Amino acid sequence: AVFSRAPLIMALRSVSRLLVNSQRCVLFTASRSQKTAAASPWGRNSRLLDISQFNWRDALDLEGLLTEEEIMIRDSFRTYCQEKLMPRILMANRDEVFHREIVSEMGELGVLGPTIKGYGCAGTSYVAYGLIAREVERVDSGYRSVMSVQSSLVMHPINAYGTEEQKEKYLPRLARGEILGCFGLTEPNHGSDPGGMETRAKYNPSSRTFTLTGSKTWITNSPVADICVVWAKCEDGKVRGFLLERGMKGLSTPKIEGKFSLRASATGMIIMDEVEVPEENLLPKVSGLAGPFGCLNNARYGIAWGALGAAEFCFHAARQYTLDRIQFGVPLARNQLIQKKMADMLTEIAIGLQSCVQLGRLIDEKKAAPEMISMLKRNSCGKALDIARQARDMLGGNGIADEYHIIRHVMNLEAVNTYEGTHDIHALILGRAITGLQSFTVDK
Amino acid sequence: CFAPFLCLRPPQIRVKPDRTGVVTDGVKHSMNPFCEIAVEEAVKLKEKKLVKEVVAVSCGPQQVQETIRTALAMGADRGIHVEVSGKDYETLGPLQVSKIFAALAKKEQADLIILGKQAIDDDCNQTGQMTAALLDWPQGTFASEVTLEADKLKVVREIDGGLETIKIKLPAVVTADLRLNTPRYATLPNIMKAKKKKIVNVKPADLGVDVSSRLEVLKVDEPPQRQSGVKVETVHDLVEKLKEAGRI
Repeated sequence: AVFSRAPLIMALRSVSRLLVNSQRCVLFTASRSQKTAAASPWGRNSRLLDISQFNWRDALDLEGLLTEEEIMIRDSFRTYCQEKLMPRILMANRDEVFHREIVSEMGELGVLGPTIKGYGCAGTSYVAYGLIAREVERVDSGYRSVMSVQSSLVMHPINAYGTEEQKEKYLPRLARGEILGCFGLTEPNHGSDPGGMETRAKYNPSSRTFTLTGSKTWITNSPVADICVVWAKCEDGKVRGFLLERGMKGLSTPKIEGKFSLRASATGMIIMDEVEVPEENLLPKVSGLAGPFGCLNNARYGIAWGALGAAEFCFHAARQYTLDRIQFGVPLARNQLIQKKMADMLTEIAIGLQSCVQLGRLIDEKKAAPEMISMLKRNSCGKALDIARQARDMLGGNGIADEYHIIRHVMNLEAVNTYEGTHDIHALILGRAITGLQSFTVDK
Repeated sequence: CFAPFLCLRPPQIRVKPDRTGVVTDGVKHSMNPFCEIAVEEAVKLKEKKLVKEVVAVSCGPQQVQETIRTALAMGADRGIHVEVSGKDYETLGPLQVSKIFAALAKKEQADLIILGKQAIDDDCNQTGQMTAALLDWPQGTFASEVTLEADKLKVVREIDGGLETIKIKLPAVVTADLRLNTPRYATLPNIMKAKKKKIVNVKPADLGVDVSSRLEVLKVDEPPQRQSGVKVETVHDLVEKLKEAGRI
């Protein structure tokens, strides 16, 4: 039976629930007895300054800079990450298992390729993308790497540089997580200098195909990817992007063993032994290194936010541990050395997030330069690694146990600090922008 | 309830210094978990094409709009915000809310009202039942399963003795219990679509409802602090102590 006439009413109760993830602290009614104006720490100015309660969870009120929609997206996705990803990560990391299902789950939530408009994608702001990355990485950098690769390194190049047919063919399935992609740029002998790549693409006019030969390494998702976006040098010396599909003859994607970082994500190589790629699989709208760099900048922006999510987890976990752990009759948190470390963590995270939100807004307004992204990727990763290491130290012996999670973030952030442009390389990008002089190579 | 997030201990609930209630300032409000289940059930019915339109209603100050938006993001079609704020909101209880819902149900010509069985802040468990009584509609409370059969609703209810299955005629009121379903996460595209869905503002007076309370809260106290226990040497001592304390 269909009730065609009248609507169904749901009555909702908005409840005052003290959620453990509340963004605002409960206001304690503290009464400060101020005998004279001089005795008060604020003096006469306390009436001019509208003193708000300091919130160590959101020290510079990032919340106030977000739109209602961004807050809803963040909250909904945070719930998914905490309820569905957090329970898996301990064993996934310990046993080095990649849960392919999470890609489909994230696809269902619509968080893959979120900034793309159309093709089954949500079309949100870049700030929302950053918030999403932060929530995933709060759980694990490996999971966030999977999400970044799919969104920024596979969906983005197809969207930005592909034909309409390619977009229709791949984007909706990538958005749903039905197929998984990977991005092949780095080679065993060419990491920081992708321009020197040895992978070659030779055009065969008779069959209207390209023959690709070469190898790529450190490729997130490759062992289980359905498609690979591979960058190869063509006969004219220019780098171009090609879409390779699993099953093509001569294509293999062996897993890299013995990896002690990002263990919850599958990493491998892309080996191409004269793989025949139809010319329809060339990404036609870009040539030269601008292609891969455009993608990398997109991903680096997400990483700038994400790394701070990992840092936040470590900070909060260390705070709770040192409040709980009693030594010499008092909680560890009572000690000056511990408090100083937390003060440093709080500061860097708060400042880092403010810079990320500003960058996101600039990207949305199309006013952002790549050097800005380099600056923040470098800052967030470097600071997050420091914070994770400090937090590990604060947990003492327990800090090396994966049940406390911090050591996993320490391990992961080593890779995060290195990939997508090492800490030092981004320094050179900035150095060139500051001085006008490049210092990547030894020639002038 | 909510999954643990970063803290291992939840923050403390504090009683207000004037002992008229608990501190709610600065506390993040969100949808009552049983109401989330109610929303999910409604959206499911719509997806099965058994109902035509889902309207999300909430009573309270400006902030409840966020809660209504969450319902819209889960799949409700439109929202109604019944504005109640300040002192009126502090004294708003199940009786006034059910009067509001009854008035709205008549106005919107609703066929079915689904709500959470109780709110987790006051645990009243009264609104659904009162609404049904005011409308003289049948009710299926503590529902763990709801099936539409022609013009009747089959409701499986969780009761103390087990499960009770009843059939009630529509229009009806249903209150959702924990095992009715698992609420979905609002997806990004739906959150963005929710922006375009309408939320209409209404005042209780427009519905002819007087929200003044007939209840006066005399005081609110924290539960007594746990006293330390006493160790006894033998079972005999234990019995003596219990007798002394008047427990046996």
